[in-house]
Amino acid sequence: MAMTGVLRPGHACIRVLDMKEATHFYGEVLGLIETGRDSFGRVYYRAWDEIEHNSIILREADSAGMDFMGFKVDSEASLDRLEADVRAYGIPTERIPAGDLLQTGERVRFQIPSGHQIELYAEKARLSTPQSGNNPPPWNPEAERGIAPIRFDHALLYGPDIEKVQDLFVNVLGFHTSEQIMLEDGKTQLAIFMACSSKAHDIAFVRHEEPAKLHHVSFYMESWEKVLRAADLMSMHKISIDMGPTRHGVTRGTTIYAFDPSGNRFETFAGVQSSYPDHETLTWTWDEVGTAVYYHDRQLNPAFLGVVT
Amino acid sequence: MTSHTVCFVETGETLACTDDRSLLASMERLGRKGIPVGCRNGGCGVCKVRVIAGTCERRVMSRAHVSHDEERDGYALACRITPSSDLAVQVVGKMIRAFPERTGANAEKTGE
Repeated sequence: MAMTGVLRPGHACIRVLDMKEATHFYGEVLGLIETGRDSFGRVYYRAWDEIEHNSIILREADSAGMDFMGFKVDSEASLDRLEADVRAYGIPTERIPAGDLLQTGERVRFQIPSGHQIELYAEKARLSTPQSGNNPPPWNPEAERGIAPIRFDHALLYGPDIEKVQDLFVNVLGFHTSEQIMLEDGKTQLAIFMACSSKAHDIAFVRHEEPAKLHHVSFYMESWEKVLRAADLMSMHKISIDMGPTRHGVTRGTTIYAFDPSGNRFETFAGVQSSYPDHETLTWTWDEVGTAVYYHDRQLNPAFLGVVT
Repeated sequence: MTSHTVCFVETGETLACTDDRSLLASMERLGRKGIPVGCRNGGCGVCKVRVIAGTCERRVMSRAHVSHDEERDGYALACRITPSSDLAVQVVGKMIRAFPERTGANAEKTGE
């Protein structure tokens, strides 16, 4: 299936408690490339293999968490159509003017039933990077500076009414559900994993009483070996590690969960399976919820359900 | 480096904390439990405590979990305070347990 409409996660704006600590972590330890700072004090980054101006935006605030997550759509026509579709579905939308985020066009923002702010945008400046243009090399020195993920890949968000979120993403935004974890009754979903591409997931949700919470933003690594290198760097820099290195049953991803200096969880992961709209949704049952999340430990650590920002 | 005694008022247990790391880090380093461990960086709120007596250095922590009023009343996140005297502390925070975490599969592995 040719990809149309929503293409991929494009950006996430993360709240940090101390910008100096945060820029050291995101720029030097995680190894993202700073691409700008705006008049609000927000700091912009991209990963070394990303072609657009920004994917991670930091905003200093008095609480941690995520302000919003944005998805790239294929055209202005799709942006208009999806805006009308979301409104017709009964969810109000607002237009945020071009230039509010550096080098980024108009964004359509709306609040989904879990309480999160989701955005769509069609335009963002493409940078000339060593990986763009003719005859590109496979990597460049930025690919070895810090943890150096390939891209911002997805986010896992916590909030209520995730079946309503699934209906919106599947029936309005064109995603498919790649995997799900069921609660003990076998009917209620604990977690849903959805993709707008052939990735294992582009966004995921876990049922949670409190709305608008962030579980993690995730960064894609080239290999399991690079995930282990990330673990080494985390210990070298005394980064607070939550879990791993290990493997997820869901998505088959090899992974580490750790926390940025403001307590926002992030993931470095590699090696996930593909998903396609014609595939059946893979279901994990409650009696195997431990293996679904942490395939080797086979049990959830309390922090998986209890620690969010 | 100075060591201070932190007393947990509910249990009467004490912890020797040095002034070069947070209360939570001292607890973890000594292999002790009592305060739930979350992000360790002032964001998630699970290690919330109330300092009943004594003084400590505070670093920035999420206002979503410790309001200005609470701060005046001694509330803090244990990962963001370092004792500067002996302390008496009440553990307030807890890990949210919305769903049971132990399952049949886990019991099989752990022998419980």
